[in-house]
Amino acid sequence: MSARSETMLWIAQRATAALLALCVLVHLITMTVAVQGGLTAAELLGRTRGNLAWAAFYGLFVLAVAIHAPIGLRTVAGEWLQWRGRAADVCCVAIGVLLLALGARAVAAVTL
Amino acid sequence: MQVGSNLDVDVWRGGAEGGYQRYQVPRQDSQTVLDVVTWIQRRLDPTLAYRFACRVGMCGSCAMTVNGKARWSCRTHVAKVAQDSRLTIAPLANLPIVRDLVTDMREFFDKWARAKGQFSSTATRRDDFARVAPASSARKEIDAAIECIGCGICYASCDVVAWNPAYLGPAALNRAWTLVNDSRDGDQSARLAAVAGDAGCHACHTQSTCTERCPKLLSPTSSIAGLKRATTRAALKGAL
Repeated sequence: MSARSETMLWIAQRATAALLALCVLVHLITMTVAVQGGLTAAELLGRTRGNLAWAAFYGLFVLAVAIHAPIGLRTVAGEWLQWRGRAADVCCVAIGVLLLALGARAVAAVTL
Repeated sequence: MQVGSNLDVDVWRGGAEGGYQRYQVPRQDSQTVLDVVTWIQRRLDPTLAYRFACRVGMCGSCAMTVNGKARWSCRTHVAKVAQDSRLTIAPLANLPIVRDLVTDMREFFDKWARAKGQFSSTATRRDDFARVAPASSARKEIDAAIECIGCGICYASCDVVAWNPAYLGPAALNRAWTLVNDSRDGDQSARLAAVAGDAGCHACHTQSTCTERCPKLLSPTSSIAGLKRATTRAALKGAL
């Protein structure tokens, strides 16, 4: 991989880390506030169904995770397993696609 | 300090498959670890191999692992590091052992070259002297990083070097940072490309062991952070 590509991966990971810090904070505060009156599936879905703001926020959250995690796993695979090269890269991309699919499915399930 | 008593000194002998051998060395006033090793070689075992030159913290030759940490042996007082009158002295980590306390430092210095640590002049002998303002921010960045003596302590202390053999390491990247800030240098694009990526500055986890152990109190961590900023700017401009 070229120096430019590796640098862009690093930038993507740092940028998504900053975004995730914000997303996790909003998520935790929302959860803490939301469970004050007890938590039921009906109440939760009543709040999220058809809510475009929720869909956009959690959609962004999932996208950031799907970008951030595989780049980190690629480094872990290289440093801890000494697994580098095309096969490791493809595996990490596959994990990113899987995270994106699972996350998007969950977001769709509670907001559509 | 207990002058008149003995130190128990375990010293690494042999190559990678070697082992520790114990020596008893009398304690002296203001004794350094290099004094201890020299005493062993001159009085107990002339076959002990180790490396030193200046004895005053300038040449960077005498770094060893002392009680588990890489240190410059000529400026490390026994009183500061001996635990219960015991010392364990080994060669530097992350480098192949030649014999006893001597490591093969070729890879360490080859990485300086790979990081484009050579000054690339744009001037000829007919040009006037370049003028670099001492108070300029670039010159101050250079000043903060330039006093490296090439001892290899940062390299031996870096976990990323142990995990990623291609990683250029703190010293080579620190050297590159001084040249990135050198307005006279004409090879900046190639240098930034050389220090970017998984073998370069982006592999650093900012654990800062290099900075903690640097005997010259430099901060390779800061230099590497500077390279991350410079390569990021270059990448976003499409100049990497």
